[in-house]
Amino acid sequence: MAGQIEEKHMQALTNRSKEVSRKPMSFMEQLYLPAILKGMAITFSHIFKKQPTIRYPEQKRPFSPVFRGLHVLNRDEEGRERCTACGLCAVACPAEAITMEAAERLPGEENKYREEKYAARYEINMLRCIFCGLCEEACPKDAIYLSETFAPANFTRKGFIYGKNELLIPDPVTEPEAYQKARGLKEPTTASQN
Amino acid sequence: MSEQTLFKVTIDNITIEVPAGTTILNAARKIGGDVTPPAMCYYSKLQGSGGKCRTCLVEVSKGSEKDPRPMPKLVASCRTNVMDGMEVKNITSDKVLDARASIVEFLLINHPLDCPICDQAGECHLQDLSYEHGKEGTRYEFQRRTFQKHDLGPYIQLHMTRCILCYRCVYVADQLTEKREHGILDRGDHAEIATQIQKSLEHDFIGNVIDVCPVGALTDKTFRFKNRVWFLKPMDAHRDCPTCSGKVTLWNRGDEVFRVTARKDEWGEVESLEDGSTAWICNTCRFEKKKTSDWVIEGPRAISRHSVISQGHYQGKIGMHKPRETFTAVHGGRDPKLLMDIHSVSEVNRPSIDLSLIEGPAHSTDFNLKKD
Ligand code: SF4
Ligand code: SF4
Ligand code: SF4
Ligand code: FES
Repeated sequence: MAGQIEEKHMQALTNRSKEVSRKPMSFMEQLYLPAILKGMAITFSHIFKKQPTIRYPEQKRPFSPVFRGLHVLNRDEEGRERCTACGLCAVACPAEAITMEAAERLPGEENKYREEKYAARYEINMLRCIFCGLCEEACPKDAIYLSETFAPANFTRKGFIYGKNELLIPDPVTEPEAYQKARGLKEPTTASQN
Repeated sequence: MSEQTLFKVTIDNITIEVPAGTTILNAARKIGGDVTPPAMCYYSKLQGSGGKCRTCLVEVSKGSEKDPRPMPKLVASCRTNVMDGMEVKNITSDKVLDARASIVEFLLINHPLDCPICDQAGECHLQDLSYEHGKEGTRYEFQRRTFQKHDLGPYIQLHMTRCILCYRCVYVADQLTEKREHGILDRGDHAEIATQIQKSLEHDFIGNVIDVCPVGALTDKTFRFKNRVWFLKPMDAHRDCPTCSGKVTLWNRGDEVFRVTARKDEWGEVESLEDGSTAWICNTCRFEKKKTSDWVIEGPRAISRHSVISQGHYQGKIGMHKPRETFTAVHGGRDPKLLMDIHSVSEVNRPSIDLSLIEGPAHSTDFNLKKD
């Protein structure tokens, strides 16, 4: 009894709490069938309602313009890699997902890399990445941006270490269609500048 | 001077007593903190330095006790001595802050600001200065002064385009080495640091020009592009060196020594040794001892909390020591079961490539040769 009194004094967190009813069931309730039929009727009525389900991957939900998906390493109009391996994305990354190794551009490689230093290796560990987009914000060269796709599922962990092969956008000069496709609807922030 | 006359000087409303003959800048450094004007060309360890860049301008609102008139113009604090009763305004003067912003704009007129590529980024005084005082945009519309890259000897890279003509390296060459082989050619806008007749500098101490350079004009070629300073762990270390004191800072990644520099104090200058001389280091220590086994490691170097270099070093000195593996011990000798060994997939930091031991910057050939 003392316990009950104390409970009454306890402050409810919401006003939706209900006291448990301990009344014995009425005859109708004891039959169960009406309640079951009522439940079936609710289920049945859903056949005529609009379905909210989207049949992925045949159908796709439109993404919001600020959606942050899989990373793309960008190239400039001439197809040169923009990234200079400055490490700002890696230092900005809260998940420490990005690693890279830099190299100096050799004479004759000017058509491949925009600056005299470039990322010879560039890797994002998609298992660590939380898709926060801070790398995109940190990049002074507009070299990395998050696209409108998911990182596809994989059977092994090894499949989630994305290197330059996976991340680099196709060359706009030699493969314009693939480039347009990879670029997606969301323009890289630089496309209009320079 | 056994009996020093002490002068009382007030800088930004903080009064301090300093010996006669002290410059305003050094008096302010004694107070420390924000009161200290920035200095791009003055270097306390180099005689005659200072007076070139004008970033250290301050306002003298009261000349001295005897002659209380203010000085008519802003003065370079690194070259102006204090007087008794002098009152100086640095950050409390709008005039100074305004002038400093203009000086930064001047310094940046021809500066490429290519910090993403520059090896000095993260420890660059010009970067700090621009961050604190610079304007967002540039008003300069003309062609910028650019130069070819030079190799000063086998170890030093000169990016003349980034040079702010502070003359510090010239003083190093002058005061540390017997024969100076590099200096400043031409004047005004055309002035450039150059080795006369393209001679390579081969003096034992010439590597110190890298440490004194406040910007990324002189950089270490053995470290070029290998890593960014904020991903490295600075460790104090020493070795028995016949030429120099052998007291250095190692910049490690894991157990690899990526770079060796002299130890810098809070003003970014090379530290003094116990006997008062400056801890310049020789080229052998700086460029050739790139193995942990060459050094006796003293411990992690304390880095200002505000520096980007301290990122990832977590609190105090934790994170700069290799943590002890406890798992095996508490699990009765069983090793942890790894779900994935990152080296089996990752192309970065592969144990087979020692970037730190490659002579100069890595090239595509270094990576591709050893690919499989
Ligand atoms: S999206 Fe965020 S977590 Fe992912 S790599 Fe970029 S910065 Fe790191
Ligand atoms: S992606 Fe951008 S921020 Fe990251 S290393 Fe390359 S240039 Fe720097
Ligand atoms: S010298 Fe300093 S400001 Fe200039 S590019 Fe290098 S890091 Fe940036
Ligand atoms: S530090 Fe005083 S003028 Fe450069």
